[in-house]
Amino acid sequence: MISRRDTIVGYLLLSLAALISLGPLLGVVILSLGEPGKVGIKIDIAKATNFGNFADVWEKGDFGPAIQTSLIITTIVVVVSVALSIPAGYAFALINFPGRTAIFALLVLGILMPLESMIVPLYLDLRRFNLDNNYWSVILPQIGFSVAFGAFWMRAFFVQSARSLMEAAWIDGANTWRTLTKVLLPLARPQMLTLAVLFFVWNWNDFLLPLVMLSGSDLQTAPMALVNFEGARRTDFAYLGAASLITIAPVVIVFILLQRSFTRGILAGSIKE
Amino acid sequence: MSLSSLPVTAGGRPTPSPRRRIPGEARSVAYLYILPAVLLYALFVFIPFAHSIYLSFFKGNGVTRMEFVGVENYVDIVTNPVLRSAFVHAFELIVFYSLIPIAIGLLLASVLHRSRIRGVAFYRTALFLPYVIAPTAIAVIWRWILAPRGPLNSFLEAIGLGALAQPWLGDFTWALPSVGMVGTWVMFGLVLALLLAGVQKIPLELYEAARLDGAGPWMEFRAVTLPGLRYEIVVALVLTVTAALRNFDIIYVMTSGGPGNATVVPSYLVYQQAFKVAQIGAAAAMGTTLIVVIVAANLLIARAGRRDA
Repeated sequence: MISRRDTIVGYLLLSLAALISLGPLLGVVILSLGEPGKVGIKIDIAKATNFGNFADVWEKGDFGPAIQTSLIITTIVVVVSVALSIPAGYAFALINFPGRTAIFALLVLGILMPLESMIVPLYLDLRRFNLDNNYWSVILPQIGFSVAFGAFWMRAFFVQSARSLMEAAWIDGANTWRTLTKVLLPLARPQMLTLAVLFFVWNWNDFLLPLVMLSGSDLQTAPMALVNFEGARRTDFAYLGAASLITIAPVVIVFILLQRSFTRGILAGSIKE
Repeated sequence: MSLSSLPVTAGGRPTPSPRRRIPGEARSVAYLYILPAVLLYALFVFIPFAHSIYLSFFKGNGVTRMEFVGVENYVDIVTNPVLRSAFVHAFELIVFYSLIPIAIGLLLASVLHRSRIRGVAFYRTALFLPYVIAPTAIAVIWRWILAPRGPLNSFLEAIGLGALAQPWLGDFTWALPSVGMVGTWVMFGLVLALLLAGVQKIPLELYEAARLDGAGPWMEFRAVTLPGLRYEIVVALVLTVTAALRNFDIIYVMTSGGPGNATVVPSYLVYQQAFKVAQIGAAAAMGTTLIVVIVAANLLIARAGRRDA
């Protein structure tokens, strides 16, 4: 029995929780439109009219090139990682080849590996091969970390939903590649989209890897531009608010447009019956 | 990179082993399918991992000759108070990243299990947003909120609690809990959404049966809600504990480990030792220890989840 009172209490509590989540972000929107250069950091919605802050910050913080760099890196990482995760997940799920269990176990271990721990050898190794200070020094390790989760995720999909279809295709004489591309891939679109959204969010937000790899170059990603801008203007909070919003905007837009795909990725276990 | 560990799907489900032969193809075709992914993973995750273990037995700056010192770097982690405190801080952060969000989530889930909410998409978007946005931006935003003359202190003064106002991030006692509170804000929405999705699946008949048996709210929670959410709690623990232990961006931007060493954490020390004071071996030992702690924590969580089943 669901009483009216329970439902009202439910809405109130959830609205309060949503307000706590959104409050600081709404505060930053107002902050970012305030008067720049003021040390006073109270926000005043009546004076939140300085839309020029965004143009100023875009210029002064070099956000144009930074957003471009982030878009280039993240797009390549997302496309390549999804493209490599699919055949890997497929083979791990459906083909019984020698060494399958051991190789898969090593790959899954990578999901737990914190990049923070590997940053020192990664830097030394890439520098030795003169791969540091360019796009690839960020792109290649990001792909390496992404495919560990990606292969795991796609394998789970193929294990659950593809067996009988695949066997039917095999009986019809299709080989493994035809089965994958003609029969299974059209069905896997939602899983691929979820993977793409997760990869986009994680790799766009990544900070330590580009910080270390690009430190000797003029290249910087959006989070790096934000942190550099912050280091130069510790208390100019109106500008810092605008810079934060510029940095997070692409992810927020992608997330709101594709939130179903993203939450499906995170909630997968609980939604699955 | 918040490539947080997400072993969410297919939890423990055994793979049906395919026995049927592929027509006209050897099974070894599989190696072609996995090769690109496994190669990049090996080059940029696994070999660095092995290299990290190797480096951790040396001292030096990584440019000139490295001197073999055995386990000395690991002994330092245990005996040096600053290095040791990094792990203590990481465990304290688990309280804020994990335990508080899960406690809030369980409380709300047990209150909300009977209401069927419309507009779930809106609430989910709002609750997930802090988890999605860049930790660097979160750190900048919260450095403003927690600034000495920032909104939090203004709010406390406005409601007559001005005595509680602090220079939050500059105070030796409050800096770590303040950074932890940011973690609570990031994680509670995610955990709440996860637990609410789970509690909606518990059949209402179970609650009615518990009520008929005379169970009070506490018994109902213990006997119905908690067991019903076992799987979601495991997922929430994996995500939040790993995030608490890895935590680099927020510390780097908000406190740089300070004041003093009050907020140093393992990942920050890895960075500082490698790239500020050029102690490559010490940094590698710190990083390797962090991997061991994270893997061990996840195995413990997975095991606890299975035992309750």
